[in-house]
Amino acid sequence: MQEAMINKAKQLLADGTVDRVIGWKRGEFAYDITPAVFETAEELEKEFVFDDFTAANVSKYLVKESKKEGKILAFLKPCDTYSFNQLTKEHRVVRENVYIVGIPGGPKLDAEKIKAKGITGILGVKNENYTLKIDTVYGEETMPFYEAILDKCATCKSKKHVVYDELIGDEGEVLDSNRFDMVEKLENMTAQERYDFWRGELSKCIRCNACRNVCPACTCEKCVFDNPNSGVENKAPADSFEENMFHIIRAFHVAGRCTDCGECSRVCPQHIPLHLLNRKFIKDINSLYGEYQAGEDTTSRAPLNDYKQDDCETTVVHERGVE
Amino acid sequence: MLKISLDKLDKLFEAISASQTLYIPVDREDGAAEYKKYENGMKLSSALNTLRSAKDFFFPQTENLVDFKMEGQNIEVIDVREESEDFVIFGVRACDARSFTILDKVFLAEPVDSYYKNRRDHGTVVTMACTRPTETCFCGTFGIDAAAPEGDAACYSDGESLFIEAHNEKGQKFIDSISSLLEDGDTAKLEAVRAKTREILKKLPLANLTTDNFGGDKLNEYFNSDKWGELSESCLGCGTCTFVCPTCQCYDIKDFNTGHGIKRFRCWDSCMYSDFTKMAHGNPRLTQLERFRQRFMHKLVYFPANNNGEFGCVGCGRCLAKCPISMNIVKVMKALEVK
Repeated sequence: MQEAMINKAKQLLADGTVDRVIGWKRGEFAYDITPAVFETAEELEKEFVFDDFTAANVSKYLVKESKKEGKILAFLKPCDTYSFNQLTKEHRVVRENVYIVGIPGGPKLDAEKIKAKGITGILGVKNENYTLKIDTVYGEETMPFYEAILDKCATCKSKKHVVYDELIGDEGEVLDSNRFDMVEKLENMTAQERYDFWRGELSKCIRCNACRNVCPACTCEKCVFDNPNSGVENKAPADSFEENMFHIIRAFHVAGRCTDCGECSRVCPQHIPLHLLNRKFIKDINSLYGEYQAGEDTTSRAPLNDYKQDDCETTVVHERGVE
Repeated sequence: MLKISLDKLDKLFEAISASQTLYIPVDREDGAAEYKKYENGMKLSSALNTLRSAKDFFFPQTENLVDFKMEGQNIEVIDVREESEDFVIFGVRACDARSFTILDKVFLAEPVDSYYKNRRDHGTVVTMACTRPTETCFCGTFGIDAAAPEGDAACYSDGESLFIEAHNEKGQKFIDSISSLLEDGDTAKLEAVRAKTREILKKLPLANLTTDNFGGDKLNEYFNSDKWGELSESCLGCGTCTFVCPTCQCYDIKDFNTGHGIKRFRCWDSCMYSDFTKMAHGNPRLTQLERFRQRFMHKLVYFPANNNGEFGCVGCGRCLAKCPISMNIVKVMKALEVK
């Protein structure tokens, strides 16, 4: 696949369709991939990588890249296309300036899961028939491929590309995913249990803002939490209220716009399952306003930006809040 | 050297915690290790390092500096400082132990930061030699020996016993306080373990990384390098690298209005943030390129320029493991280096 992608990129650069390519660059180790923009065939051949670790969603970079002169080729996985569509819908990217090649999605691997098995000194990772052969300073280790996949891939919602100019590989289907299982589990907890769960998770927050900064739905020019004039600017989780407030406000702000790409949880250095907050909103929107998938299209009205006479009444908050 | 059998660690921790607060690295449910206040029954983590660095003990993420209480026209200034209690941090790795030396250069230089000094004076750092370094480790680049950590006292394991030795008076006082649990031990096996660790350190992928071409005299060539654009292009501008870093020491001071007074607090700040060092005219570093450059120039050029050649990094590798886009000081050094 990597070879086909490099060839495609070289061809599109050569025939003038695009003048830049956004993809992923090889790192020091097997897993430390960095999103990068390539401008020449030589750069592509030397550093372009597409493998089990190229999980980063590059759609958000297109907010900036698509406003530059010329046209950029973006290789988008199915989940990334939902983010891109949503950004198009919100007029954050210039669609005409991006040439999208749809590429197969995951499951992608999570190096943290390999390390959590106690495997250290990783020098190389190979997938042989869904068994990972991991070369380490301490000898070879193995583990099942599926035990090392990213959480976002374990609950994949769709293998379908919702936007592209051309595809490499076959088109997939929207999946019947299990992504709301954990949300249901949380819903079935008592209020105290749920509160304890979230305090346990959110108290780990170091306010690095990685979740917000990676989020394709968080594209405000100036976030309210970075604005000294807002009155709520804060750089540190000074107390438990602030820890909660930041994440809950963020979840509210992206409600109805979050495509469930899972990047927030992927990048959290503290492994906080932030995506569960977003999924709760998605699940509620589905049940209260009818099935809706953000990023599926670029023209429909989002449930929270729309008014219908049969919309649920505000009393639903009270009704659902009863234990 | 004095030693205690590894299966008697519980007894050791109980003895230490009976007289002062003890912090040890323990495993969290998700597998990450973090320092916790010791309570009977806690197990020492076998993880190579804690997710957050040990700097938190001396330089916490937030702390109150002073309170102001308003009553009519009067403002009462309340000093909230309290003398810290004695405490022990056990199991600090060689990289984090060196980070304290670096933080000391910032906070204990005139004018001395009394908040930091208070905790430093009352904290005893007991280190633990590494036996299983990993691919992201490069402490050797900064002259740190993972098999011989600094600290007030250092511990070494040979798989059966924990050996302990003092490096200074504070460390000796610590050992004296637990001496009834210790016995003299033969270090032959330990020396073999240490030799093996040093062999592994030589085989690590970053073993050959050096600071030879960095330092205070390289300001112009690196500041003006044309590599910064490419290096910083996918930086998210989050603060992960700075907040997991054991040597990043920048902070902001802010006033929190309680409605009937002010709490003046300081909290970690990050040069990656858009409002870092914001002044009346705005942020002097307008784009992420400049903010990104600041972080690495500080560690590789400005800090050694002001601190007799000491670099602002200890090679713990946390930023290598945690950066959401896997951009880090090693990649920067390799891309930037002019030989």
